[in-house]
Amino acid sequence: MSELTLAQDRTTPQRDATPSELTLERGLAAFRAEVDGPVAAFFSSCVHCGICAQACPFYLETGDPKYTPILKLEPLRRVWENDFTLWGKIKGKLGLQQQVTDEMLTEWEELLYDSCSMCGRCSMVCPVGNDLALMIRKSREGMVQAGHAPEGLIAASVRAIKTGSPMGLQWKTLQVQIEHVQTSSGLRVPVDQEGVEYLVLLSSMEIINFPEYLEAITKIFDHAGVTWTLSTQCFEATNAGIQIGNKDIAAQLVERVVAAAQTLKVPKVISPECGHAFTAIRWEGPNLIGRPYPFRVFHIIEVLDELRASGRIKTEGMETDRLSMHDPCNLARKSGVIDQQRNLMNLVAENFVELKEHGKFQWCCGAGGGVSSNERAEPLKMAAFKRKKAQIEEVNPERMVTMCATCRTQLEEGLEEFNMEIPVVGLTEMIAEHLVEKN
Amino acid sequence: MSGSMEFLLWTKGPMFNIAITIFAIGLLVRIAEIVMLGRKKNFAEARAGEWLPGLRTMLTRTVADPGTFQRAPFNVVVGWIWHIGFLIVLLLFLPHIALIESLTGLSWPALPNPIISLVTAVTLVALLATLVHRMTHPVKRRISTVEDYIVWAVVFAVVLTGWLAYYRLVHPYPLILGMHILAAEIMLILLPFTKLTHIFTAFIARWYNGAAFGRKGVQS
Ligand code: SF4
Ligand code: SF4
Repeated sequence: MSELTLAQDRTTPQRDATPSELTLERGLAAFRAEVDGPVAAFFSSCVHCGICAQACPFYLETGDPKYTPILKLEPLRRVWENDFTLWGKIKGKLGLQQQVTDEMLTEWEELLYDSCSMCGRCSMVCPVGNDLALMIRKSREGMVQAGHAPEGLIAASVRAIKTGSPMGLQWKTLQVQIEHVQTSSGLRVPVDQEGVEYLVLLSSMEIINFPEYLEAITKIFDHAGVTWTLSTQCFEATNAGIQIGNKDIAAQLVERVVAAAQTLKVPKVISPECGHAFTAIRWEGPNLIGRPYPFRVFHIIEVLDELRASGRIKTEGMETDRLSMHDPCNLARKSGVIDQQRNLMNLVAENFVELKEHGKFQWCCGAGGGVSSNERAEPLKMAAFKRKKAQIEEVNPERMVTMCATCRTQLEEGLEEFNMEIPVVGLTEMIAEHLVEKN
Repeated sequence: MSGSMEFLLWTKGPMFNIAITIFAIGLLVRIAEIVMLGRKKNFAEARAGEWLPGLRTMLTRTVADPGTFQRAPFNVVVGWIWHIGFLIVLLLFLPHIALIESLTGLSWPALPNPIISLVTAVTLVALLATLVHRMTHPVKRRISTVEDYIVWAVVFAVVLTGWLAYYRLVHPYPLILGMHILAAEIMLILLPFTKLTHIFTAFIARWYNGAAFGRKGVQS
């Protein structure tokens, strides 16, 4: 295979079809494969009330009604109506069906990728209960097969498959970082160690932008007496296949984690300070490979809170400045990790103020769901950030705390763009700074 | 007069049977389509069960979260008013109860007629407000289809003819009563083929939503 392609041939070619018709047909087949009971219930129930728009930062901050969540799902809705309802079939006989065309999908590419971070907020407010974010995720499977995925995400997926990292990062880069951490902390970073409790995964974004994280967990785990390891076989926790919407690629990437965990015989795997990686490996992973894992998966924040609750983390001193916190969508609303980060904040911060809407009703930073890997979407990403910015301005903190490398990068870039001097810190690092020194 | 009487008898007899049949079969097919599609087995380790959170969301989604309420108070309040108004009149107006009793044997106390009349008027005004909102709010305008307007017209016609019949504002009386019954029958016939299905499927949708989030430890 000289060039990696994302599309998988699911149809038998017909002799007289042109290549682009074949691509569209393959796309429609992929859309069809995503229709299930929930999708049918959701589309059957939509009353076109427009409330979902009030949950979407991309609509709210641009004011453009084309970014209304339910509208983003029109291709999937048409496939459902045409092929899965009696009414649609009757319409078909009468020639009244609305078809999904290649032109339509070209137009919808921006709606399904650039203007949706799959934050899931719309799924929380739709009065009839539609899980719109789930349907966006599903629609992307069809878009990839129809040849309508953004360049940036295709490139990231190809890099992830070829090098193991969506950013093309190699183990030797991580190796250099490991050496730095060992020198500065005087501790050893375990690599390929069998039979330990945790396999620790990282995200490339974290390795490049926030090397502090690796040092922080090295210190915390040493302090708490936790056994852990990195794996040279697989260090990347993120899954570009999920962001773009390609199950085959996504499953391959998950299999790599499973293989690494099995080689090292670990019972638990830790997903890093990255929200996307966590939902990918925790919730989608087993379904992508079609079987349960032989290990359990935790977000680092869950592990730290566990250690706190069992008294294995001893801290001293408190942060005294006014701190507020950004909940990553994938961690809070989409994975139920909400109290843990607050417990940890209260352990080390005495002046912690919540953003007004937080936890499961937090607002997205604007960068998730592949938006940040899609260069073309940069203006929309910054527009969506304005919602977060307004929330931050409301409580006026001296620093922001978060626990996702993508959110953190977006917050830093966004705050800088608007000349707001509010540093952003990772929660894990902040905990590491307060550990009681061992004697 | 005799023509309008015949019309009324037709709406109460043959047309009623046609409407009920189409409604029942159509709705059954629609729900079967949903249920038979089902869901794939979920292999991810659950944080919590699905049933309880699913059932909870079936109820809780009826009320908007505070943030959404603040951002779209008109949409939320008007929606609430006309849904409640419609339900009150449908279920607590004496002749409606009598009809339900003749079909099912079940009955309950009715609200006094003046209250029903007031509620009907409020419902009509709220329905008009939803139409104006649909035609003026940029999001609603963008996502609205012909179906939305047809469904609106039918629902409005049902309430309006009922109100006109109650005040006997159209003569002869059997004509307006027949029109009211016919409008309700058209609504029944359209129900399985339009967004009116949400009367039933919204609860399935809410359950799926609550179950999916609940499994991950979030009450949606
Ligand atoms: S909020 Fe729900 S019912 Fe209303 S338009 Fe959006 S998807 Fe449809
Ligand atoms: S998931 Fe978030 S970004 Fe996507 S449509 Fe819904 S509210 Fe908008």
